Amino acid sequence: MNNYNDERYFIDSDTLSPEALERKHRIETDPSARSNHMEYMKGMEVIKSDIHDKVMGHVDSVDFSKYTARDVKAALEHDTCTVEDFKALLSPAAAPFLEQMAQKAKLETSKHFGNTVYFFTPLYIANYCENYCVYCGFNCYNKIKRMQLSMEQIEHEMKVIADSGMEEVLILTGESRAKSSVEYIGEACKIAHKYFRMVGVEVYPMNTDEYKYLHECGVDYVTVFQETYDKDRYEQLHLLGHKRIYPYRFDSQERALMGGMRGCGFSALLGLSDFRKDALASALHVFYLQKKYPHAEMSLSCPRLRPIVNNDKINPLDVHEKELCQVLCAYRIFMPFVGITVSSRESKEFRNGIVKIAATKISAGVSTGVGDHEEKYKKDECKPRTTEENARAAETGGNAAATESEDAGGDEQFEINDSRSLNTMYKDISDEGLQPVLNDYLYV
Amino acid sequence: MENDKLVIGGHEFNSRFILGSGKYSLKLIEAAVKYAGAEIITCAVRRANTQDHENILDYIPKSATLLPNTSGARNADEAVRIARLARELGCGDFVKIEIMRDTKYLLPDNYETIKATEILAKDGFVVMPYMYPDLNCARDMVNAGAAAVMPLASPIGSNRGLSTKDFIQILIDEIELPIIVDAGIGKPSEACAAMEMGAAAVMANTALATAGDLPRMAAAFKSAIEAGRNAYLAGLGRVLSRGASSSDPLTGFLRD
Repeated sequence: MNNYNDERYFIDSDTLSPEALERKHRIETDPSARSNHMEYMKGMEVIKSDIHDKVMGHVDSVDFSKYTARDVKAALEHDTCTVEDFKALLSPAAAPFLEQMAQKAKLETSKHFGNTVYFFTPLYIANYCENYCVYCGFNCYNKIKRMQLSMEQIEHEMKVIADSGMEEVLILTGESRAKSSVEYIGEACKIAHKYFRMVGVEVYPMNTDEYKYLHECGVDYVTVFQETYDKDRYEQLHLLGHKRIYPYRFDSQERALMGGMRGCGFSALLGLSDFRKDALASALHVFYLQKKYPHAEMSLSCPRLRPIVNNDKINPLDVHEKELCQVLCAYRIFMPFVGITVSSRESKEFRNGIVKIAATKISAGVSTGVGDHEEKYKKDECKPRTTEENARAAETGGNAAATESEDAGGDEQFEINDSRSLNTMYKDISDEGLQPVLNDYLYV
Repeated sequence: MENDKLVIGGHEFNSRFILGSGKYSLKLIEAAVKYAGAEIITCAVRRANTQDHENILDYIPKSATLLPNTSGARNADEAVRIARLARELGCGDFVKIEIMRDTKYLLPDNYETIKATEILAKDGFVVMPYMYPDLNCARDMVNAGAAAVMPLASPIGSNRGLSTKDFIQILIDEIELPIIVDAGIGKPSEACAAMEMGAAAVMANTALATAGDLPRMAAAFKSAIEAGRNAYLAGLGRVLSRGASSSDPLTGFLRD
């Protein structure tokens, strides 16, 4: 075992058969029992791309310990931030310069985005998943309440969200092609296109022709998180399923752009591996794809690990708020034109602060469960489960109440940390002297 | 000065300050109209495409001329569709064409802009193309039916002022249509300099939007633009004019 203490991720459900448990333990403990994560599976499109080698050429050779305060100061003084400058800003040597980095990041943000903050909300339409990603609440071995919304339910959820004033939606599923087919997602997107000005998806990676189909259904933005760019860690964390195939996931955004999407989103899940290397890789992934597809609109997210249903031991390790802020400031200084999204995994205080420095987009009225917006929106708040409530859910096989009232929906992917409704968020952001924007987009 | 009108597509304006669309707020539009004297206000159609209670279209006074822009368009076809949508939304016949296929620098695509200019001019729009200051492209835009030409002063967000000054001067000297300097004007002094050069008008937004005292900065732009225009009309003295003139004639030795 490695020093990441991966055992904390492993939870055995009492509903698993002895055979299933045996298989689960085998793939957890014996790498030779797992498939080759670098080998494409049948049906996965292979594109000839140079992006991976360009990105990982930097990531594999970087030594963050070599950067000094002098390098950081030089990076802060340069008009244009080079890749070397960016590495210095991500290094431990930049920690004492966090305030100066924030000042410079704020200036760059205001030059390119003014004082605007864009709002969106995620909508989970299914939480079935065929993968065993050990840190994720949706993983196939985790005993949670599974659900997939019908088209009628999807339309109802969307209406509830649209009635709250939201104009941009991000449609998510667990990663199960069998349960949530491309056509199922496409039909959901067609409905979304009726209710929202902007529709994005965060679903399993697809082939170019499938992205083209989704684009025709009204989708213009595709988000795929690589989770970690470290191939060895990727192999240790994604033990089963399509998601295990690292290179197919890496090229998702490029296939989406080839399929005609306007833009795409990127991220590593900070806390899975060396966060500085993952931050470097995420940004360079954007940097090189932007050079290749200069018309594309790119955005970066910065999620940190959160506790999940049945496992409250999951945390982002050494990525504290200061480190997260450092990463976000470095992103902004390196790529002033890129959108930066901060999820509800972070606290209200952090999100209120970071939109004044570097972030340009935040989610509001968030539920990471399935089919529970009406219940949650009634209270003008998307109250998440607490860790204690999740523990109770585990005891009752994932069927415990998500809130104090009856839970009709599927379980959540992770615990959120900021449950503000759109109205509350709109007011809070305005009170910070910023300008909330619900839409700045046309589907053409 | 009373007869010194800005004429775009047969429409006359007294003010030579045009409010850009980058950052908007009720306060900004009020200040631009009241203190900078703006009669033309730009708005991004994609930004007006909202149910939000703060729709920019609700902010713009009836007396102002709305100049919808096609930001978000990546080619001529998309720009044409956005312009037609603007017309359907009741934004009138003016349109500023913005076509970018580069999200990093947001530089306009002159080639696609020429194509869109031709289609929209034939469609009866008063077309104002935003462009990189290139003389050949500007001529093509004129031939395509543009009502004005809008060269950028420097890349958006760069705060570098008139970094394309020499090329804008060529457009002013060679193009018969109004040349309206757009993007990059960060200070009243830069607006004044553009007007001294002979620009017909100046467009700005961020310079006002980010000012400490919005009404005062709006008034400063008004004064600067008027000063520059007056200087241009007065004919610049030799100190400021382009090229040098010797106090003793170089050809004084010639006898017959």
